[in-house]
Amino acid sequence: MLEVSGVSKSFGGLKAVDSASLDVRSGEIVALIGPNGAGKTTLFATLAGFHKPDAGRIVFAGRDVTGEPPHRICAAGMVRTFQITQPFARISVRENLMVGAYLRVQDRGESRRRAEAAAAQVGMAGQLDRLGADLTVAGRKRLELARALATGPRLLLLDEVMAGLNPIEIGEIVEVVRAIRASGITILLTEHVMQAVMSLADRVYVLNQGRMIAEGTPAEIAGNPAVVEAYLGHGAAGALRA
Amino acid sequence: MRRQGLLLALALAAAIVLPLVAPGYLVEVGVLVFFLAFIGQSWNISGGFAGQTSFGHAVFFGTGAYTSTILQITFGWNAWLAWPAAVVAGAIVGWIIAILSFRAGLRGSYFALITLAFAEAFRILANSVSFTHAGLGMLIKADPRPANFQFRDPIWFYYLALALCIVSLLIAWQLTRDRFGARLVGVRENEDAARALGIDVFAEKVKALTLSGAIAAAGGTFYAQKYLYIDPNIAFGVDKSIEMLLVTMVGGAGTIFGPLLGALTLTGVNEATRALASIVPALKNVQPLSLIVYGVMLILIVGRLPDGLARLFHRVQRHA
Repeated sequence: MLEVSGVSKSFGGLKAVDSASLDVRSGEIVALIGPNGAGKTTLFATLAGFHKPDAGRIVFAGRDVTGEPPHRICAAGMVRTFQITQPFARISVRENLMVGAYLRVQDRGESRRRAEAAAAQVGMAGQLDRLGADLTVAGRKRLELARALATGPRLLLLDEVMAGLNPIEIGEIVEVVRAIRASGITILLTEHVMQAVMSLADRVYVLNQGRMIAEGTPAEIAGNPAVVEAYLGHGAAGALRA
Repeated sequence: MRRQGLLLALALAAAIVLPLVAPGYLVEVGVLVFFLAFIGQSWNISGGFAGQTSFGHAVFFGTGAYTSTILQITFGWNAWLAWPAAVVAGAIVGWIIAILSFRAGLRGSYFALITLAFAEAFRILANSVSFTHAGLGMLIKADPRPANFQFRDPIWFYYLALALCIVSLLIAWQLTRDRFGARLVGVRENEDAARALGIDVFAEKVKALTLSGAIAAAGGTFYAQKYLYIDPNIAFGVDKSIEMLLVTMVGGAGTIFGPLLGALTLTGVNEATRALASIVPALKNVQPLSLIVYGVMLILIVGRLPDGLARLFHRVQRHA
């Protein structure tokens, strides 16, 4: 569904993403993890068209979308959410979701129906009339998710939808993400909450200092010394084993 | 919902009956209110709904006024035919300014400043070139026949202004319930989020300013026909830009009735202060008193009621 090969992106002298490759197959949940500053969000933003890659190719659903603007990529069916939530603050949740739903439909009633369906999917059906600005952190995270869902995507790019949530809220979102996958939507997510990654992901990619250093099932990744060192520092893997 | 409809019907009936029973002075005030509400709505579409604050909407107003006036005086067109041409000219100027500014990525105060610069450039051009009769201004020959878009009885201007105002309200109402309007609000609230949700932000902003330019230009022609005289300062001066912005901000930007509420309030304040200044001798030399009151009102509104007077009527007036 998504094939990323050799994508690089620099800002000034800093190479945020350095020749990263990954692929996501239809129906999977794939996690992209890595320490803070590894380049996960930059890679996501590049996939979604917010940055033009300096090198590399992004093929989505058989179509080369490298360097295309975000609205085209979204229309093609790949939608991102934001780690730092970006609600439409002064309009209601329903209206927030309708802006997304209008991507596929012109009719107001149909857009409203899709908006309400998306809200139900993330458990926000009771908050449709609240203003975007009045939501809690957990509410905003759900709004991000629902708004992306309302656009009728095939692949969701979820950028840390669990950051800042408490364990109960995380458990709820994990269930929501599972249900979304079950409804036929493929998911690529970045996450710091390892418990969620381990329970959700079919496969995991590890990004460190802009480079992809490992790929595998959650269990393989957890046992990979290079990954442990990326998080805990050089020599940590050996120290832990000892 | 039903009560709202009833209120609207009553207000409309009152607006229709008013000039038949009120003195001529009030009819003139009414023309002013509906005219201001109309050009204010033009500002509201790009500034209120789409969130692109402009300080130079007079550029569209003046383009409309000059286009229809030049077509009449220089080319002998009928005023009614010149009107749609003026609307098209306003749309084109809106389209061009939008492409230039938004392609360059101008937002917020930068966009506001560039619109001001455009309006000033047009004003100076109109002051310098001969086909606008430069600083002399253009006088439309008085020939008060309805066929000429001139009326002996001001009541017809009143009804025309009322009709324009209603059309502008319908456009705004439509924006609160269709896809285009929802997208404009998305662009206003958060451009990055809008982009991520598949909205072509650039294209939507261009459409908004094009529509806004067309409406302001229609107002320009109306003004020229009402007063039969325009000059560069009237047409492109900063006063008109501020008026359009002010009625909308005071009434409620991004709401259907904001510009009308603002126009009613500001015109009311203006007339009241004028009356006051003519009664109270101490105020005679404070001219114009209305500007001081406007200033105080604007401070109060921005500080206490940032969503405008419309906020007093509804909890949430903004729509997607």
